[in-house]
Amino acid sequence: MGVYIKNNSFDQLLTELSRDYIITAPVKLPGKGAFSDTPLVTYREIRGAGEIEFNEKSRFSPKEIIYPITQTLFYFTENEYSRPAVPDQGIIIFCRACDVHAFRRLDEIFLRNGGCEDIYFAELRKKVKFFVMECRESFENCFCVSMGTNRLEDYDVMLRVSGDAQECDARGDFAGIFTGYGEAVEMIPRFVEENHTKVTVPENIDRQVFKHPLWEEYSSRCIACGHCTVSCPTCTCFTMQDIFYEDNPKCGERRRVWASCMIDGFTSMVGGHGFRNEKGDRMRFKVMHKIYDFRKRFGYNMCVGCGRCDDVCPEYISFANCINRVNTIASGVSAHE
Amino acid sequence: MLDINTKKLIKNAYRVTKDRGFTALRVRVPGGSLDVRYFDIIKRIAEEYGSGRVHITTRQGFEIPGIPMVKIAEINEIMAPLLAGMESAIGVEINDLNGGYPAAGTRNVSACIGNSVCPFANFNTTELARKIEKVIYPNDFHVKIAVTGCPNDCIKAHMQDIGVIGMVLPEYDPDRCIGCEACMKNCRKVASGALSMVNYKVKRDHQRCLGCGECILKCPASAWTRGDRYYRLVIMGRTGKKNPRIARTFMEWVGEDAVLKVIANMYAYIDKYIDRTLPKEHVGYIVDRTGLPVFCREVLLDVDTGSMGKVAGFIPFGGYVYERSSY
Ligand code: SF4
Ligand code: SF4
Ligand code: SF4
Ligand code: SF4
Ligand code: SF4
Repeated sequence: MGVYIKNNSFDQLLTELSRDYIITAPVKLPGKGAFSDTPLVTYREIRGAGEIEFNEKSRFSPKEIIYPITQTLFYFTENEYSRPAVPDQGIIIFCRACDVHAFRRLDEIFLRNGGCEDIYFAELRKKVKFFVMECRESFENCFCVSMGTNRLEDYDVMLRVSGDAQECDARGDFAGIFTGYGEAVEMIPRFVEENHTKVTVPENIDRQVFKHPLWEEYSSRCIACGHCTVSCPTCTCFTMQDIFYEDNPKCGERRRVWASCMIDGFTSMVGGHGFRNEKGDRMRFKVMHKIYDFRKRFGYNMCVGCGRCDDVCPEYISFANCINRVNTIASGVSAHE
Repeated sequence: MLDINTKKLIKNAYRVTKDRGFTALRVRVPGGSLDVRYFDIIKRIAEEYGSGRVHITTRQGFEIPGIPMVKIAEINEIMAPLLAGMESAIGVEINDLNGGYPAAGTRNVSACIGNSVCPFANFNTTELARKIEKVIYPNDFHVKIAVTGCPNDCIKAHMQDIGVIGMVLPEYDPDRCIGCEACMKNCRKVASGALSMVNYKVKRDHQRCLGCGECILKCPASAWTRGDRYYRLVIMGRTGKKNPRIARTFMEWVGEDAVLKVIANMYAYIDKYIDRTLPKEHVGYIVDRTGLPVFCREVLLDVDTGSMGKVAGFIPFGGYVYERSSY
């Protein structure tokens, strides 16, 4: 259902929706960038349409809304435990096509992997409605077209900024609500069809790629800071923490907290042994997971080509370029055989 | 037959040099940053009147040597656009733009490159240096001030009468913290060891924290973000023959207004207490004579140090005295 909605009406529409939904969107926070006098574009619960950042890619992905960085699973006292409250409302997420594809990857891991559903993820995931902001053109470092995540069938509302209005394609219950705030138009979603960055993911990866000297270069370049994985919309790893409150250690809570395969300690075992101490090995592990291992199990690639890892790496390591390097090596290797 | 008033010449930012009849002009560059079009003026003066060379001064100015003293008036006219663009334009009052620099005692306010380039910088150092220039120039008192973006102190604020060091209050959102310990390890290695891990989250000891902002830079999750901006003021560092010493903290966690006000007040303090029997007296030696309490009373007049601000009650300057007796 295509609807043309002026910005002030769109704001009223969001006010109406906020009765039943927590509305989250990328916002631009002035002065909150790591460098002084720079902004941070990140996800927040919003109160009005004016807060939404339509023009820039968010540094962090929307996954943190339903898969929080720190999530308390339960509180415990001596012989009882209780679970934290879960909000009654639904959750609207303003995001982009690649982000929705990324949620599909999270679903694979949390809902279907190993035949057991993660209840914490599931109960929040059920609430989500995707309001997808059309990308007029590719951002720097995006390679969604190469990863096949530029197009999207599966959305609740598609939005196109059009001067001082939004052209929307609203589906389901939203169709009726949206119609009340604007006039009917034809709205056929448009998608980015070309990126500046293009990658070729190799079909088959020979074991020789694993031993290739390519990875040694990353050992000297990567600083294991984890920026790439924390900004990635498809990383799902977490660690568990049992907290005993300082004031009264008889009470506490169990949390899960994001973890990163790039950061020290990820492979630490009892006795101090770690099996990917070299940063190049971590890079290999990450890259292989994103473009090979996940695919072996689920049939499609984990990486959605959002380019956030390239946006944030302080050492200018390009994940996209690494894919292409792996492809060159992989094709060379197979040609050799 | 040269008849030159050297007092006026010096006040005009020229120097008495070892070559009789020749002088050197010192060009100020407040904040250490200038539009390259002013190079044309500097180049012209050096080529047409000087030796064809410039010396880059330790205060981030240019010194143009080999100028015949008789050409000063001519050069001052050529300088007019430079004075207009680099001094008047930032609010410094210059009555006669064709008359060259109106004072030279208070030295150029220098600055590290700051946040126009440097990722560590907590603020725009050039902008603050220019604001300070506006407060203190023209002035004949011999004072050295420098501004630096963070406690790395690349401009050597610790060698100045007043050194301004940028600080930021790091704000922590524990829910965003993945417990990677990057901030904690880094603070211990390169800053102050103000951070520790408690229950997998980070605790910051404000007494130890330098406000350098390193933790913010290191955090992959933006659990640390930038809070309000503050400054540390270090005072009375000096070189020289009598008692070289490094500046010490006088105030920390104070705002820009407090910094500017303290600097303005310091000029009033100098005016009140300077020993006028000497050709000049550096402010550090005045503080040595009056003691810190008098300095504090004068410079803190009407200064709002804010809710976070701290002022040193006692400063063990110490420093170094050349041990002549040991030779
Ligand atoms: S690996 Fe990089 S490009 Fe791929 S989904 Fe993650 S952040 Fe985006
Ligand atoms: S962001 Fe760059 S340097 Fe940091 S862990 Fe990732 S690849 Fe390594
Ligand atoms: S003092 Fe700090 S801000 Fe200034 S140049 Fe050095 S590191 Fe950068
Ligand atoms: S601002 Fe600097 S000194 Fe303070 S906690 Fe952060 S890294 Fe440590
Ligand atoms: S760097 Fe950030 S995520 Fe890591 S421990 Fe410090 S605050 Fe937490």
